[in-house]
Amino acid sequence: MLNNQYALNRIKEAFGDHITDAAESYGMLTVSVNKEAYFNLIKFLKEDAELNCMFLTDLTGIHDPGRVNEELGVIVHLHNLAANFRIRVKTFASSEHHSIKSLIPLFKGANWMERETFDFFGIHFSGHPNMKRILNVDDMDYHPLLKQYPMEDQTREDKNNKYFGR
Amino acid sequence: MSKTDNNTTAVQEKEYNILNLGPTHPATHGIFQNVLKMDGEIIVEAEPTIGYIHRAFEKIAERRPFYQITTLTDRLNYCSSPINNMGWHMTVEKLIGAQLPKKVDYMRVIVMELSRIADHIICNSVIAVDTGALTGFTYVFQWREKIYELFEEICGARLTTNIGRIGGFERDFSDKFYTKLNAFLNEFPDKWKEFESLVSRNRIFMDRTVGCGPISADMALEYSFTGPNLRAAGVDYDVRVMNPYSSYQDFDFIIPVGTSGDTYDRYMVRNEEIWQSMSIIKQALEKMPAGKHHADIPEFYLPPKEEVYSTMEGLIWHFKIVMGETEIPKGEVYHSVEGGNGELGFYLVSDGGRAPFRLHFRRPCFIYYQAYPEMVKGGMLSDAIITMSSMNVIAGELDA
Repeated sequence: MLNNQYALNRIKEAFGDHITDAAESYGMLTVSVNKEAYFNLIKFLKEDAELNCMFLTDLTGIHDPGRVNEELGVIVHLHNLAANFRIRVKTFASSEHHSIKSLIPLFKGANWMERETFDFFGIHFSGHPNMKRILNVDDMDYHPLLKQYPMEDQTREDKNNKYFGR
Repeated sequence: MSKTDNNTTAVQEKEYNILNLGPTHPATHGIFQNVLKMDGEIIVEAEPTIGYIHRAFEKIAERRPFYQITTLTDRLNYCSSPINNMGWHMTVEKLIGAQLPKKVDYMRVIVMELSRIADHIICNSVIAVDTGALTGFTYVFQWREKIYELFEEICGARLTTNIGRIGGFERDFSDKFYTKLNAFLNEFPDKWKEFESLVSRNRIFMDRTVGCGPISADMALEYSFTGPNLRAAGVDYDVRVMNPYSSYQDFDFIIPVGTSGDTYDRYMVRNEEIWQSMSIIKQALEKMPAGKHHADIPEFYLPPKEEVYSTMEGLIWHFKIVMGETEIPKGEVYHSVEGGNGELGFYLVSDGGRAPFRLHFRRPCFIYYQAYPEMVKGGMLSDAIITMSSMNVIAGELDA
C-alpha cells in the first residue's frame, strides 16, 4: 500500500543525502531536494512502478528573502492518479545561481508552468525551449512576485504597513 | 516577399500565410491571440499569446486578509465563480482546521453544482453557435439567467458572486430560494432535452465536431489536462470522487467519460455532467440536514449584527475580522476542487501573517490551453475555432 511513510523510505533509499528536508503538511508528503538531484527525483517519482506519480498537478515558485542562499524555490505537486497519492517536491536555489533543470522532458505540461515561474520569479529553467515571459509584457525588466517589489506605492504616507499588512 | 534574380532554378520554397487570430475576434470569446501559420486553410503552426487581462492576483493576494481574497477568485473562472469562492473558503478552512456542519457542505454542493450547470450551458451552447447553430443557444441561455437569479437570492450578486464566507454562508437559504430552485429543477430538464435533441445528433453538428481537435488520453495526461477535457479523452479523474470535499462522498453520481477526446466527446461529457449535477442537487435537497448554516469559528466568521451592536465580544470579533487581525496558523496547504473546467487548486503558504505569504492558483485552463497548438495542427481554421470553444478556456482564469 502506497503511503507517505513508504514513499519517503523509497525516496531516501534512492537519494539519501540529496534530500534536505521531509515533512508531512496537512496530509501531503513534502520533500525538499537539492537542485542537483531535483530532476532525477521527479524522474524517479514518475518512472518508478510503485510510486508512479505520472501526473504533474502544479509547478510554481516562491521567494523567501529570509532563507539565506536559498531564496528562490520551485514547488512541484505530483499526483499518482491510480493510487490517489499526492506528493509535493521542493527545491531551492540562491538569487544568484537559480538555474534549475526543466521538467519538459518528463511532462509536456511543465512548459507554461515553468514560463510562468520564470516570468514572476526570474527562475531560469535550463533546457526549456522557449524561456520567455508568458503573462507579463516582454519588455518588463523585473520579476513582479519577488518580495522586494511591494504592492503599493511606497511614497504614500497615508498607509502604514503596520496596519495594512506586510 | 522579396524577390531575387538568381533563384529561378532553385525549388521554390513553399509560402505560408501568417494569420492573426485575435486578440479581439468575435469567435474567440475572450481576449486570446493566436498567430497561425497557414498553408491555405490548413494550420501548420499555432502560437498562442496570453496575458492580455493579467491582473496580478497572486501579488494582490499577498497583501489582503484571507476573507478579501474571495473576491479575487470570483474573477478567475467567471462562468462558475461560486466554485472558486468555495474552493478558496475550503482551503482556508483546511489551514485553520475548521469543522463544518454537514448542512454547510450540502448547501455548498447545491451552489457548486448549479454553477457547474451554468458553466456547461455556456460552453456547450457556444460550441453549437460556433458551428453555426445559433438557435440552441437562444433557447438555453435564459436558463443560465435563472441560475444567476438563484445566486442573487443567496448573496445578492450574479456574476462575481463572492458567495459564502470562510466557515459557511452569511445566511441560510431563503424560502424564496427553495421555491425558485424547485421551479428550476422542474423546468430545466425539458429545455435541456430540447437543446440536446436540436444539437447532439444533428448531422451538421456531428460532421463539424466528430474527430475535430482530438487529444489522446496519454497526451492529455502528459499535458496535465483535468476536468471534462481529460474525461473526454477517457480518463475518469474527477476531484469530487478522488478526493471528496464538501461531503461529495454522500452523493451517488457517475463520471461520464469519452473515448476519442475530440470536440464531440467534450460536448457529450459536459452534457452528461449537467444531468449528473441535476441529480446531485436533487439528492442534496432531499437529504439536507438540519443545523446551522455556518461553523462555530468566531475568529473567522462574522458575528450577527445584533451581537455586534449589543455585546462586547461581538464587537471585538467583528473588528478583528474586518481589520484582518485574527491569528492565522503557519503552514502550507494544497486544496483542490473540481471547477467548471478542471482541477482548480489553491496552494497557500502562510507564515502566520494576516495575508498569505504566497498564494498560487492552479488554474486548469492555463495548463491545458498550452496543448492547443498541438490539437489544431493539421486541421482547418474553422476547426480551430470550435476546438477552442469546446476546451472551455476562460480568459479570466487563463491570465489570472
